[in-house]
Amino acid sequence: MGKVSVRFFARYAELAGCTSSAVNVPTPATVADVIARVREVFPGTRALPPRPLAALNQRQVKLDAQVREGDEVALLPPLSGG
Amino acid sequence: MIEQLLTDVQSPERGGACVFLGTVRSDDDVTGIEYSAYDDMALGEITRILDEAQVRWPDARVTLRHRLGLIPVGEASIAIAAAAPHRDEAFAACRYVIEEVKKRMPIWKKEMHADGTATWVDPSGKQIAGGLRDR
Repeated sequence: MGKVSVRFFARYAELAGCTSSAVNVPTPATVADVIARVREVFPGTRALPPRPLAALNQRQVKLDAQVREGDEVALLPPLSGG
Repeated sequence: MIEQLLTDVQSPERGGACVFLGTVRSDDDVTGIEYSAYDDMALGEITRILDEAQVRWPDARVTLRHRLGLIPVGEASIAIAAAAPHRDEAFAACRYVIEEVKKRMPIWKKEMHADGTATWVDPSGKQIAGGLRDR
C-alpha cells in the first residue's frame, strides 16, 4: 500500500468538498486506480467524468501512468486558461 | 503594464514586436471572471512553453503574464509580448504561446453573472453551474 497526495481544483474541488487530501492505494498503482479510490472516499467526485484530465507530480499524464508512494495526483477540470 | 512587457522583450536587433491581450468579454451578462490555478504546475508550464518558443524562434524573446483572481469585464487576464528581428517570428511566437496556454495551462475560469450566479467555463462549450458566488 502507498499513500498518494490528491489535489482538487475549481469545480472538482467543489464536488470533493476540499482542495487536497491523500488516499492509500495498493501499489503498484496507476493514476486510474488512484481516481477510483478517490471516487470511493469522496462521494461528490462520482460526478466527475469517467476519464478526467490528470496530472502526476505537476505534469499532465495518461490515466495508465504508474504512481508511487509520495506522488501527487491532481484532478484537472477542462482547462480554460488564457 | 504593456510598456513593461515590451521593455522585457525588445532590443535594437529586434525590429518586430507583437503584444496579445486576452480580455474578459461581457457575453451572457458576465460582470467578471474569476481565474484560479494549480500554481506549481502553472509555473512549470509557463517555463516549458516559453522554452519551447525559444527553441522554435531562437532570435525571438517572449514574455507572458497571467492574472489570477477576479478580473472585471474589459480588463486583461493574460498578456503576451514577443519581439524578434522580423515580424514573421514575432507574430508566430506570440501565437504559439497563446495557443499552448489555452491547451495546457492548469488554469480555470468561473464566469460571474449580473444576476449573482456563476458558471464554470468548459471550452468545449458546455457550461456547468458553479455554485454560489463567494462575494
